[in-house]
Amino acid sequence: MFEQIYNHFNDIVAALLFVIGFSNLLFQKNLIKKIIGLNIMDVAIYLLLASQGFIRGRIAPILTDGSESAVTYINPIPSGLVLTGIVVSVSVTALMLSMTIRLYRKYRTLDLDEILMKIRQEREEED
Amino acid sequence: MDRINNNEKKRFYTVFKIVATILMICLAASLIICMFDMPRLFSEEHPGENVVAERYIESGIEETGAVNFVAGMILDYRAFDTFGESNVLFAATICVMVLLLGHKPSDRSEHETVPRTVKNDVILKTIAKFAVPFILMFGIYVILNGHLSPGGGFSGGAIVGSGFILAAVSFGFDRMEKFLNKKSAGIITFVSLLVYCLAKSYSFFTGANHLESGIPLGTPGAILSSGLILILNICVGFVVACTMYSFFSLMRRGKI
Repeated sequence: MFEQIYNHFNDIVAALLFVIGFSNLLFQKNLIKKIIGLNIMDVAIYLLLASQGFIRGRIAPILTDGSESAVTYINPIPSGLVLTGIVVSVSVTALMLSMTIRLYRKYRTLDLDEILMKIRQEREEED
Repeated sequence: MDRINNNEKKRFYTVFKIVATILMICLAASLIICMFDMPRLFSEEHPGENVVAERYIESGIEETGAVNFVAGMILDYRAFDTFGESNVLFAATICVMVLLLGHKPSDRSEHETVPRTVKNDVILKTIAKFAVPFILMFGIYVILNGHLSPGGGFSGGAIVGSGFILAAVSFGFDRMEKFLNKKSAGIITFVSLLVYCLAKSYSFFTGANHLESGIPLGTPGAILSSGLILILNICVGFVVACTMYSFFSLMRRGKI
């Protein structure tokens, strides 16, 4: 059991981080805290990907000492995938933050429940 | 009426919290059980360590000329992927512009702090005067050495963008606007994406038809080497720097 946990330590930490971020999304009512939760989930995915690519005893995939054999370097593919993930996460975070700014300007609050209450009130007044 | 509503709300939240907690515990348990079936970490028998990674490393230098294998991978073998990423950033800038641009100051609520212009902050100004040139220089170094050392267009562009943000905060947006406004940021991003698209389309066209592309690879390790990777890194760096600065500027004061 303990050996298995030791062998999969990074994976388990990534899973726990993912759950922490997801529960932030569910339990927090503040929109900014929800965005922070989503970013924690992103970080969990990066940790999972980066630790899949690492191999003990090998070095970063940059030519060192003229060695061109594949057993010298770690796997470069997960590094590239993490880069893609970071770019997408930056874009999504910027989009969500600007939507939050618009919501705050209209309803003067960041609490999701209050915003929903105000939207419902507006609809009732319209009818 | 209100009290009934409040009671209902309270009951809803108790049920919601219990259900959500159970759901989260189940999710954590199932994820961790799944993780035990993942391949063993850090070992050489990892299934991700297959012919693809081997090919990227063993013939990477011959085919791309880049000393940094990751740069060779993302800007040569998988260049369309990176092109898509740059376009995602561009699309995100456009969406943020649609949401935040053109809001009159009267729309701001009274709770919102008016963007303070730090005009007389001596400490910030003095530090920024020393720090900004070095930050920009380091960012340009990271972009230009993307094929030789860790880094590349994305990380270097982020460093340059944060240098711009520091300059804008300490010296005021008016001075940044002289060279980085809506028009020039749009032109820089558009031209960079166009150059990227044309250069990489040409090399993919010639490569798919087994034609000579005529792009010299140079000696690996020299600054002017590895074919298109240096140009593509510069394009990506421009896009990322403009995007970073315009995100900050749009969120801070509603315009670039």
